[in-house]
Amino acid sequence: MTAHATRTDRPSARTAGRRRRVRPAAVLAVVLLGALAVGVVALTVGDFPLSVPRVLAVLVGRGDGATRLIVLELRAPRVLVGLLAGAGLALAGALTQTVVRNPLASPDVLGVTSGASLGAVAAIVGGGGTYEVSDALLRAGVPLCAAVGGLAAATLVVGLSWRRGLAPTRLVLVGVGLASAVTALTSWLLVVAKVNDATTASVWLAGSVSSRGWAQAVPLAIALAVLVPAGLALARPLSVLELGDEVAAGLGLRVRATAFAAAAVAVCLTAAAVSAAGAIGFVGLVVPQIMLRLAGTTRPPLAASAAGGALLVGGADLAERLLFSWEVPVGLATAALGAPYLIWLLIRQRRTA
Amino acid sequence: MSLAARNVTLSYDGRPVLRELDLSIMDSQVTAVIGPNGCGKSTLLRALGRLLRPDSGRVVLDGHDIDRLPTRQVARRLGLLPQAPVAPAGMTVRDLVGRGRNPHLSFLRGFTATDTAAVADALARVGLADLADRPVDELSGGQRQRAWIAMVLAQQTDLLLLDEPTTYLDLTHQLEVLDLVAALHADAGRTVLMVLHDLNLAARYAGHLVLVRDGQVHAAGPPAQVLTTDTIAQVFGLRATILTDPHTGGPLVVPDTRQHRGES
Repeated sequence: MTAHATRTDRPSARTAGRRRRVRPAAVLAVVLLGALAVGVVALTVGDFPLSVPRVLAVLVGRGDGATRLIVLELRAPRVLVGLLAGAGLALAGALTQTVVRNPLASPDVLGVTSGASLGAVAAIVGGGGTYEVSDALLRAGVPLCAAVGGLAAATLVVGLSWRRGLAPTRLVLVGVGLASAVTALTSWLLVVAKVNDATTASVWLAGSVSSRGWAQAVPLAIALAVLVPAGLALARPLSVLELGDEVAAGLGLRVRATAFAAAAVAVCLTAAAVSAAGAIGFVGLVVPQIMLRLAGTTRPPLAASAAGGALLVGGADLAERLLFSWEVPVGLATAALGAPYLIWLLIRQRRTA
Repeated sequence: MSLAARNVTLSYDGRPVLRELDLSIMDSQVTAVIGPNGCGKSTLLRALGRLLRPDSGRVVLDGHDIDRLPTRQVARRLGLLPQAPVAPAGMTVRDLVGRGRNPHLSFLRGFTATDTAAVADALARVGLADLADRPVDELSGGQRQRAWIAMVLAQQTDLLLLDEPTTYLDLTHQLEVLDLVAALHADAGRTVLMVLHDLNLAARYAGHLVLVRDGQVHAAGPPAQVLTTDTIAQVFGLRATILTDPHTGGPLVVPDTRQHRGES
């Protein structure tokens, strides 16, 4: 299987060279179109099925009041949160994997997800159980607490592993260690929580885009409007960094600044995505690696990873809504897809090593 | 072009590796840094290439403290190849060499025809134009090292620093790489500073040798002056006979056998 893949990857030196330049752009275009298509179709699905033309009419500013309400107020925020959270998580993963030079690294390694989980669960358990907090305040509070928890944990991980630069091995070890400690705290909170709160928290931990409104979609969209261009602007510096720290420094790259910027953007992207959609697992790990293989590049392609993340999370949410009549957290589908892939990747890596 | 170390002291984990070292690189010359393992020759090259910052003293490039110059500007004057670099799996030779244009690119200035021409020129110079679209990891050791040298050439600097460019290569490939270095010097008058392990190859390919011992320059000058029975004994603790290289007329170091060293 490995031999076969090598053969099809490199038919002849010359065509391989040309294909290497064309393929990434083609993959990006296809995946981007796929994500947009998923978004439009997702707007048609629900208790009141709508046709694609009616949804498109609403999107260009036409359509009757009821249709507009269903599409723009009830469905659009949820679909948007799914697409944007997926894009943010996958882009964060691509950045992290490039900086850490490890295909198994993901934003989870930076401590963001576990920190955000602790923040969110603390808000849900503390807010819902002990005090009578209004639903609106709870909703505004959970994303905020998640963002704060995620950023705090990441600062701790990066701070503890920083040693004259971002040392990849230290980063991964510190990240994994801190994540288990933080996850233990989260588990403890779930044990002592009231049953209702524990259920709410579990749904959040699995990652869910159900009943998301503009209150979640707008902050996420604003964050991504800043962070995605910032991430994409790192493409050229990262293409130099992948040659190794010393070669990169020789080529005039500010190695530490680049690594720090990429890590910071990845952390903020993850915090934004997770605070809006919960701890959707495996997207940041799996999507960059899939895109790397599809595009035939030497490191995860940034833009294509973002598009792929949107497609995976948007598609998973759509599939669940089509297949099940009850709400299934979208994180379960992405994890169901991601876990086998992770195992396959590990086995394959051990075989080639 | 001028590059010099002025009174440089540099420690690694608290252990001093370079001690108050002074050295000026000869312009338009091929200089080889030689010395026993752990003498600090690689550290010296890395300090000169601003990969390591001295504890005290300065590295001066064209009259400026190298640590005060923007790294991009340094990279336009000085090309640097670390020891045994590894290309990402599947990266083509052309892509690798293209990375050498980085110091000339910016957020606003992308890859232009000038850069493409510089890459083609570098590929032709190292003789890899035909293999440009091959992945680097499929090349032979010598070709691979030539690809890396092409990357540094694409930087279009007058000065090249090469850290043991012949490591892990068999003799044929070592000569292949060093012949290339000699050609670069002969064609374009480039200044080359390289760390080499093999004394005889250093004597053959460098016009100037710098012999480092315990973090200091023990001797510097033309090969015949630096490689003497005395210096070999002092620096390497070896008794050796110095013959004349029949091809170049330069020195040829032949270490004595154990019996001759009187250790039997």
